[in-house]
Amino acid sequence: MNDTPAAKILYCRCAFAQVVPATTKDEVLAGLCAAETPFESFADLCEMSARRDPRLAEAIAGEVPVRIAACYPRAVKWLFHQAGAPFPDDDRVEVLNMRDTPAAEVVASLLGSGKEPNPSEP
Amino acid sequence: MKNEIHPVQVVLYEGLGAEPWERECRIGVAGTLLDQGYSVLRITARTDSAAAPRTAEGIPFVVLGRFEGAPPEIIDGAGGRSVATRDVAGLDAPGIVALVAEARAELGAGLNEPGGQGAWKPWFPVIDYDRCTNCLQCLSFCLFDVYGIDEEKRIEVRNNDNCKTNCPACSRVCPEVAIMFPKYSAGPINGEAVRQEDVARESMKIDISSLLGGDIYSSLRNRSEKAKSRFSKERSPDKALNERKRCLTQLQKSGLIPAEVLAELDLASLPSPEEIQRKAKELAAMRAEA
Repeated sequence: MNDTPAAKILYCRCAFAQVVPATTKDEVLAGLCAAETPFESFADLCEMSARRDPRLAEAIAGEVPVRIAACYPRAVKWLFHQAGAPFPDDDRVEVLNMRDTPAAEVVASLLGSGKEPNPSEP
Repeated sequence: MKNEIHPVQVVLYEGLGAEPWERECRIGVAGTLLDQGYSVLRITARTDSAAAPRTAEGIPFVVLGRFEGAPPEIIDGAGGRSVATRDVAGLDAPGIVALVAEARAELGAGLNEPGGQGAWKPWFPVIDYDRCTNCLQCLSFCLFDVYGIDEEKRIEVRNNDNCKTNCPACSRVCPEVAIMFPKYSAGPINGEAVRQEDVARESMKIDISSLLGGDIYSSLRNRSEKAKSRFSKERSPDKALNERKRCLTQLQKSGLIPAEVLAELDLASLPSPEEIQRKAKELAAMRAEA
């Protein structure tokens, strides 16, 4: 039995630009939808940051690990900061870069080791 | 902001008291809604039951599920009038998406739909404070009041909406490569890790003074003062516009601002000579204090 708390998963669709490869975005979303894990997804993190959307602060609040599938980690970190939701000083928040990383790798990291998508799930 | 609409929160509820959805339906609904500008929260049996969704002020909720009994609890943090619950049993993905649109309309909630008419594209600078040295070059450079100074006299992005879409010019004049535009195509402006050669690259170390023969505000101020003395005799708004056009032409020649961005600029929306003088004075005072 693994006592590590389940990570909270966030996914950015980057819907206002074409800078994240569409196939990567689609495959990562499909991977999340195929698993039994809950997740939170945003149309566009930049838009949420611009609006100082309170959901960003809520999303990284608490003590559980957070994994974010989005863009370059440097950009994502400071987007949250600019929204008034700075990352904690520890390594609790992990950013996975869909611009450069293969989808399968992103999905595996999001779901954690040994938690591959369940193909038998409806 | 030009567009104050927060994305509507759609909850795909597959937790206790509801049946799970087919995977393809889930993918279709989530992907389509995200592409339309919604936020999507998926709740499953694994979701911590103590973490029931909570509405926030100004953020409408649409809860979707194949409920076996009563719908799930939604903690009402927004006054109770911004939650719509819909049973989606028997509906396919397009049917569910249509149902969400109806529910949103009933809630009177707007949507900043990507690609839609009048949609606001979130294009604005993001500051990397690990790199920023607070030199205020960006504040000097930007003509559109995107930047400001916070209470601790530190540079901040104050007016996102003033930023000209697809213009990354201020990031090019930042000597520390500290300004990012996440939706830009190339690194390090897009947020990619900064390499030493990026810092060394001449294009990243442009001295603003070389652009217009001095600080851009100083230059514009001088122009506006000269123009003002002429205006007192001539009172010609056309000449004022010509001054601005000449200034923009110089910026265009510098290659910092994309031609298509300059072409779209409304010259009348640029700061007035008085505003330029005010900002120049403020900058001079801040630099004197620093």
